[in-house]
Amino acid sequence: MAAEAYIQLDDVSKVYRAKAGQVEACGEINLDIRESEFVAIVGPSGCGKTTILKMVAGLQPRSSGSITVGGRSVDRPQTDLGIVFQDAILLDWRSVLDNVMLQVDIRNLDRATYEPIARHLLELTGLKGFEHHKPFELSGGMRQRVSICRALVHDPPLLLMDEPFGALDALTREQISMDIQRVWMEKRKTALFITHSIPEAVLLADRVVVMSPRPGRIVEIIDIDLPRPRKLDSMPEKFSEYTGRIRSIFKASGVLAMD
Amino acid sequence: MSKLSPLAGILVFLAIWELGVYLFNVPAYLMPPPTAVAKTFVQEFPKLLFHGWVTTYEMLLGYVLAVVIAIPLAIGITSSHRFDRFITPQLLFFQVVPKVAIAPLFLVWFGVGTTPKVLVAFLISFFPIVIDAAVGLRSMSSEMTDLARSMGATRWQLFARFRLPTSLPYLFSGLKVAATLSVAGAVVGEFVGADKGLGYLLLVTNSNMETALMFATIVALTVIGLVFFYVVEFLEAFLIPWHVTHRVREGSGTM
Repeated sequence: MAAEAYIQLDDVSKVYRAKAGQVEACGEINLDIRESEFVAIVGPSGCGKTTILKMVAGLQPRSSGSITVGGRSVDRPQTDLGIVFQDAILLDWRSVLDNVMLQVDIRNLDRATYEPIARHLLELTGLKGFEHHKPFELSGGMRQRVSICRALVHDPPLLLMDEPFGALDALTREQISMDIQRVWMEKRKTALFITHSIPEAVLLADRVVVMSPRPGRIVEIIDIDLPRPRKLDSMPEKFSEYTGRIRSIFKASGVLAMD
Repeated sequence: MSKLSPLAGILVFLAIWELGVYLFNVPAYLMPPPTAVAKTFVQEFPKLLFHGWVTTYEMLLGYVLAVVIAIPLAIGITSSHRFDRFITPQLLFFQVVPKVAIAPLFLVWFGVGTTPKVLVAFLISFFPIVIDAAVGLRSMSSEMTDLARSMGATRWQLFARFRLPTSLPYLFSGLKVAATLSVAGAVVGEFVGADKGLGYLLLVTNSNMETALMFATIVALTVIGLVFFYVVEFLEAFLIPWHVTHRVREGSGTM
């Protein structure tokens, strides 16, 4: 399996220097992600899951270990990817379409080639008709959808999502989960999805990585064997078996209270 | 209705002033009634226009000079930590020195011409522009930086496509504060020594006890300051429409 892994994390750790001394965000992280695989990392706040994503993206240096993406060691910001952050971070002065096209403009790609792709993605996420709206005219969920389109328009091999639903209400989270699944099933990108929601992780991922509280360690990696497309309202028994299993891991590590 | 109330307030204020002057028989050299001020304003309009233009010219020159120097300086401050530590304490020092106290020095150095007035207007409007521009240039979130880096943005792209547009709303709040201050700067410059300009006219009318003309001069100064402020605000609405519309929408409470 190691040979075909697209992303390889080998004994990775991250230690921050704080005033009170050194703080270990996460450590002993070993994880291989295959091409076209959807992996979710689920864990409590402060377990270093966002740090893992930023280290994979080359946006934060690791303290030890090695990370390779597509066979190359990560030692600078990676550009062969798309990132969805917790906030949509749209540029207020650009229209919806131009916010998606920002990715194309910064990379000096050909606008004429990529504009139809941008429009298609906007349609796929239910934003048809909003192409020329400005971000402040959109709801939080719509803004986040725009940022998902922006992360995909240049057709990157890798999609990173850092708690993309963190700032959204429950209904919108559900809808956008479905959007992400639909887009992912069409494009089959390698995806790394950071969340603190157990059902969302199980709903979307092929494998769920369960993490312990700080200092973050991988407690268990669970294969999710459920047919796609998955739907929240018509889930087989197994869905709740998976969520229950993850829940019991969190209970054992003290993240969730015993009942 | 809500748009009328400020105007109504001013009218009530003027009416009370007018009535008070007549009721208490206040002599005109102490406090002329608003109608007399208005009459003088119309009668002496050519004079006010001449001196007003002089002051406007000094004010604009000082303001433009401040903008041209302050913005590159703010870019320098925000892009180099070393430059920031070198220049910022000096800026603060010069800001704390009262401009009114430096104005006579400028008179000694540059004579009674336009230069000392322009310099005082420049000094007064300079600081708020530097400070707000620097705050604006630092206001970009770290996530936006991460986003730009993940797109492979160059240093120039990061600045021109992300940092600079993000800073504009802050920059404009500094520009607006500076606009209202620059009139005062030009007048202070004229107080110290001049043979024309509204500041000069204020001193002359003061010593001649021409109080009505003095009030008319103050009105002229106020009008210049207001017009300048609204010109900058119009530029703001034109250059950063996303910001202004946003604000209006929030203010109207119909989100």
